[in-house]
Amino acid sequence: MTDAMLTGGFADPPIEAARAFRAAMEAMARPGSVHRVAGARPPAPLSPAAGALILTLCDADAPLCLVGAADTGEVRGWVAFHTGAPIVGRGACAFAVGSWEDLAPLDGYPVGTPEYPDRSATLIVDGADLSQGAGAGAARLSGPGLKDAAFLRLPDVAAFGANAERFPLGLDAFFASGDLVAALPRSTCVEAA
Amino acid sequence: MTATDYNFAYLDEQTKRMIRRTILKALAIPGYQAPFASREMPMPYGWGTGGVQVTAAVLTPEDRLKVIDQGADDTTNAVSIRRFFARTAGVATTEATTEATVIQTRHRIPETPLTEGQILVYQVPIPEPLRFLEPRETETRKMHSLEEYGLMHVKLYEDIARHGAIATAYAYPVKVEGRYVMDPSPIPKFDNPKLCSPAIQLFGAGREQRIYALPPHCSVVSLDFEDHPFEPSKADAACGLCGATDSYLDEVITDDEGGRMFLCSDTDYCAGRQAAGHRGAAQEDAA
Repeated sequence: MTDAMLTGGFADPPIEAARAFRAAMEAMARPGSVHRVAGARPPAPLSPAAGALILTLCDADAPLCLVGAADTGEVRGWVAFHTGAPIVGRGACAFAVGSWEDLAPLDGYPVGTPEYPDRSATLIVDGADLSQGAGAGAARLSGPGLKDAAFLRLPDVAAFGANAERFPLGLDAFFASGDLVAALPRSTCVEAA
Repeated sequence: MTATDYNFAYLDEQTKRMIRRTILKALAIPGYQAPFASREMPMPYGWGTGGVQVTAAVLTPEDRLKVIDQGADDTTNAVSIRRFFARTAGVATTEATTEATVIQTRHRIPETPLTEGQILVYQVPIPEPLRFLEPRETETRKMHSLEEYGLMHVKLYEDIARHGAIATAYAYPVKVEGRYVMDPSPIPKFDNPKLCSPAIQLFGAGREQRIYALPPHCSVVSLDFEDHPFEPSKADAACGLCGATDSYLDEVITDDEGGRMFLCSDTDYCAGRQAAGHRGAAQEDAA
């Protein structure tokens, strides 16, 4: 048990979780839009934004999968102390957090069932590139939540395109970087720009 | 009484996390009814327990809350829910649609167009559009998963066969993003075109334990037939107080001799028009 495990949670959980959720909800409702989430200081390598999403959404009923470099003793201790979320493998998780290299490939996560497509995992892609606007590497997003097309730098356009094809099954993703977060629900149509 | 006597927005944190996870999945699958573990609330089922739980999960201290019941800000249900959150969350409240960031509604969409950044929370009595056609939940789940909505069209067809037109006047079924058929809650079909909105729309059914959602600018199509297209209908009259001809009207009986008048159902819209100098027939008679 180290100090890093015991500190870095929300100072005022009801208020800060409410604000973090509103940012997460706005992000999920408007794919590609970038929002600030503050208040969490998780151990490395997690970003403050990924930490805030974990504090806001994970608990004993929402198991978390730590992939690759995110699976450290300190991160496990921090998650256990602040949320009580079970740490599980990717096949049983409600949320999975890590870098894109560690999260991919996307098979192996629960994608829901035809009758209950909500029983699917949400990925938290940490260390994502959230720079705005069209340009090199940006994917064009269209669909629910978007009046006009939006642009987001996806780590793998083909993988998220294949995920959208499975609608209504599929995975939803948050992208975290520093204290910023964006999201890509399965309903969004993804094309290389 | 101050907000510190309750946890922020009444519900405990674990309950809010559960509702918040459900809202995110509901937004990711527009029109799909996501189950959630609805809690007992300090009000009876049918008084908006689903809407209250969704509102509690989305509120932040910076919000300004408006609550309407059948369009009115000043009815018992609207006043008590507004006071409930003023007391347990300490949020500011308003009756003006344009000033509100979160609007909880029972059976109406405000006449004033909603904007980006606003959230509309619906109270839903029966979320399953197929429930009166097929009572078994196991079967309606299967029908949604197989996109088997023929029965709904049969129901609308039977309306036409018996009445010459689609007689469904409220809770008119819609298809969301070409996939899920959804019950928009018992809003009049006059409001259906407003379901395509820049605001986030969340639907909470407490007794039935379902949450569903429409992200902004979502495609929402009212079911109809080529030869019987969907028509958003309203009483063919003008508001007696403000003279509006473009708003949804309630009929009010004024005496026991057949006297009646039509009034805007949206009280904020009607008051706003009257403040701007618009007058209806009833006002001119009185003057």
